[in-house]
Amino acid sequence: MGFKRRAFLIGGAAIVGGGIFALQYGDYAMRRDAAALSRRGNAGSFGAWLHIGEDDRVTLLTPHIDMGTGTPTALAQMAAEELDADWAKMAVEAAPAESAFGNAWLAKGFISDVANDSALVRSLPASVWSLLARSVVNQITGGSSALRFTGQRGIRVLAAATRLALIEEAAARLNVPASELTTKAGLVSHAGSNRALRYGELAKAAAERTLSAEPKLKAAKDFALIGTSPARFDVPGKVDGTAQFGIDFVLPGMRVATVMAAPVRGGKLVKVDAAPAMAIKGVEKVVQLEDAVAVIASGYWSALKGLRALDPQFSDDGHGAVATAAMFAEQERLCTEELKDFAPPAGSRLVEAAYRAPYLHHAMMEPFALTAHYKDGKLDLWGGLQDPLGSKHEAVKLSGLGDDAVAFHPMLLGGGFGRKLPGQIEIIGQAVKLAMDSPHPVKVIWPREEEVRQGTYRPQSAVRFKCALGADGKIAAWRSAFSQTKGFEAGAPLLYDLPEAENTHAEHKAHVIIGSWRSVEASQHGFFNECMIDELAQAAGADPIAFRKAHLAKNSRAHAVLDAVARASGWGAPLPEGTGRGVAVVESFGTVCAQVVQVSLREDGYPRVEKVWAAVDCGQVVNPRGAEAQVMGGIVMGLSAAIHEEITIDKGAVVQSSFNDYPLLTLAETPQIAVEFVASTAPMGGLGEPGLPPAAPALANALFAATARRVRTLPIRAQAGA
Amino acid sequence: MPTALIVNGKAVALEAEPDTPLLWALREELGLTGTKFGCGIAACGACSVHVDGQITRSCSIALGDAAGKSVTTIEGLKAADGTLHAVQQAWIAAQVPQCGYCQSGQIMAAVALIRETGRPSASQVDAAMTNLCRCGTYPRIREAILAATGQAAAKAGEA
Repeated sequence: MGFKRRAFLIGGAAIVGGGIFALQYGDYAMRRDAAALSRRGNAGSFGAWLHIGEDDRVTLLTPHIDMGTGTPTALAQMAAEELDADWAKMAVEAAPAESAFGNAWLAKGFISDVANDSALVRSLPASVWSLLARSVVNQITGGSSALRFTGQRGIRVLAAATRLALIEEAAARLNVPASELTTKAGLVSHAGSNRALRYGELAKAAAERTLSAEPKLKAAKDFALIGTSPARFDVPGKVDGTAQFGIDFVLPGMRVATVMAAPVRGGKLVKVDAAPAMAIKGVEKVVQLEDAVAVIASGYWSALKGLRALDPQFSDDGHGAVATAAMFAEQERLCTEELKDFAPPAGSRLVEAAYRAPYLHHAMMEPFALTAHYKDGKLDLWGGLQDPLGSKHEAVKLSGLGDDAVAFHPMLLGGGFGRKLPGQIEIIGQAVKLAMDSPHPVKVIWPREEEVRQGTYRPQSAVRFKCALGADGKIAAWRSAFSQTKGFEAGAPLLYDLPEAENTHAEHKAHVIIGSWRSVEASQHGFFNECMIDELAQAAGADPIAFRKAHLAKNSRAHAVLDAVARASGWGAPLPEGTGRGVAVVESFGTVCAQVVQVSLREDGYPRVEKVWAAVDCGQVVNPRGAEAQVMGGIVMGLSAAIHEEITIDKGAVVQSSFNDYPLLTLAETPQIAVEFVASTAPMGGLGEPGLPPAAPALANALFAATARRVRTLPIRAQAGA
Repeated sequence: MPTALIVNGKAVALEAEPDTPLLWALREELGLTGTKFGCGIAACGACSVHVDGQITRSCSIALGDAAGKSVTTIEGLKAADGTLHAVQQAWIAAQVPQCGYCQSGQIMAAVALIRETGRPSASQVDAAMTNLCRCGTYPRIREAILAATGQAAAKAGEA
């Protein structure tokens, strides 16, 4: 099999060996550091991440920022569950962006995921993880990881150990055996003597106790909070306008800067005449950066007017002739070359197809914004990025200052979807440079046009399939080759259990920068593979769901979600003329999601997506309402990309610039969506991303059912009606 | 010369240049950061406010053109006693926001729609709610608008 599991990729570099550790509360030096940094001191602080105040308030310091997925609330549920805390007294705060709060659970989770949870990974002593954590640490929010790794492997364990410490402290005070004590809603009770102690009065002393490294976790049948849907902590501030995002941060005397970088990636700023900008009221300074020009002004509008008045000259690093059509042609040539020797097994017939997926942009609603202030040798940064700690380290490196002299203050971010992961966050360098040369704090805001043109895109990818269908109507061989820029070369694992299957990658070199786009490689490869299997079902004259099931291993989790989505949608029922249904099932981030899309065509030939049914196996669901929202959101983003979205390159530069030429799906285009979670004992999977990948192939397959026309190139736009 | 207008019921005189988009005057001079910058070309609606009761994308109206008018932002929706507007309450009940960045604009658009139509039909909601949301909260936005106007939302399985 050529399909391999791959590491979580950030900016093209695998994080295996990156920031790590098991239970950092095993390391007391780190625990002390963290407690001190949390501004609360050691009193009542458990393993850095949990704090119980004398007022009984339980605060979880989460290493995940609030990107919109609701994980801070769900992590608090997991903590409160194991702690038997009073939900009304739970609170969540962002952990400080300091190494003592590096999220080793996440890195360990990814490593064991990659290594298929090998005994080797588990056998490493906590001290090794802790040591690694000190050298390379992260606070990444990405990879659909918060609950399945940080929550399952970290927060729940810590909370369970904290509960045991509270019980031990109560046993000592009440002078009764710990085995006679029970916990509920923030109280340790002794039924025999009808006495109870509040967590708040036990916490300070309990925090001095050694925490158990392997506390017993609750069984699913005993859950009181996990599996329920308390309201999210962050919602009220997001409906009354008080929530503070990175772009909202203000300091007295602050200036606002905006930037334009070389339109062709790799290009440099050659020259710029500052005079036209300096003539604009409010403009204070034009700064030449290596690859960009920045204008600093009293406010954003003056800065933007100043920027627009400039005529900067940039070099193109030799990429000035690059264009999308030629890139695709080269990718397809490479794929064809890879498959030239394939011959279908004797007695089978060849089914061949070629597909294309374009570069995609993240298009988060909040453009990049970051405030920096350099004063008395110290540099402070405020903003919403997907890895506060990684961002701090980047600022340390770029400023040349010591670790102690730089602080990153995490704020809400208006969407990330992978764009705000470390590796390619140019605004950090820009803000550091501008602030360190300025007597004032400087907030850098990217215009939307800059944000679209300077993206780190989902890779443009072409694939060719040469598959063989046997006389028995089953797949006899599956051979595919895809070509895209290196960095995401491993493709996606194929869900089906086939006698002969191979997928190879032919590298296509390009200067366009690629990155993690929500669901990463599962987006394009889910589209490719799930459309191809549909073509094979069609060639075999088989029902698309029955055909898929016939090619799944007996124990595949995909059976249950396919059955569920067939049941929910009434698969097979007659439909009106011109209406079609398609199916797709994709596994990503440990979760399997099947979707049925029902579609007809609008008068302009665009798809009218009428309904989507989704069935999901993500193991235990922590917050069903939040989980539903994540799957719905993934479907909307998947349909948006499938129907509308495309980044193209001309003369080496990105053509699109804003929502007028990079349109997103609107509310009017959004179908009715029904999401079902199947009962499952599988290990917890992620949910921020897995709802997305099946949407595009299910839609393309539905369009085929409606129009008898295969759409093999994204975006779909009006192709099916052409 | 300062530009005089009314913002959230209070008379203000703003020093920003008259060609400054209302959005930036609200955010940078008045500190009303609930109104968001999304695109600057009136394509996304994150900056939606009410100008004399009309839903308006504040990135694309100059401060000078708002002179003498009454502007309501997300901060001005709640009652004097702090009670949230019925639409804001519906937003909480339906747990609409994800990242939340577009939601001020979405709520301002929904309030304007309900004020005009009373009980908007599904097609009126589709026609009026053109603000973009990248997190994909549209199904919940529909649910909240219908709930705020005493109507129930349709689900895919029930259609």
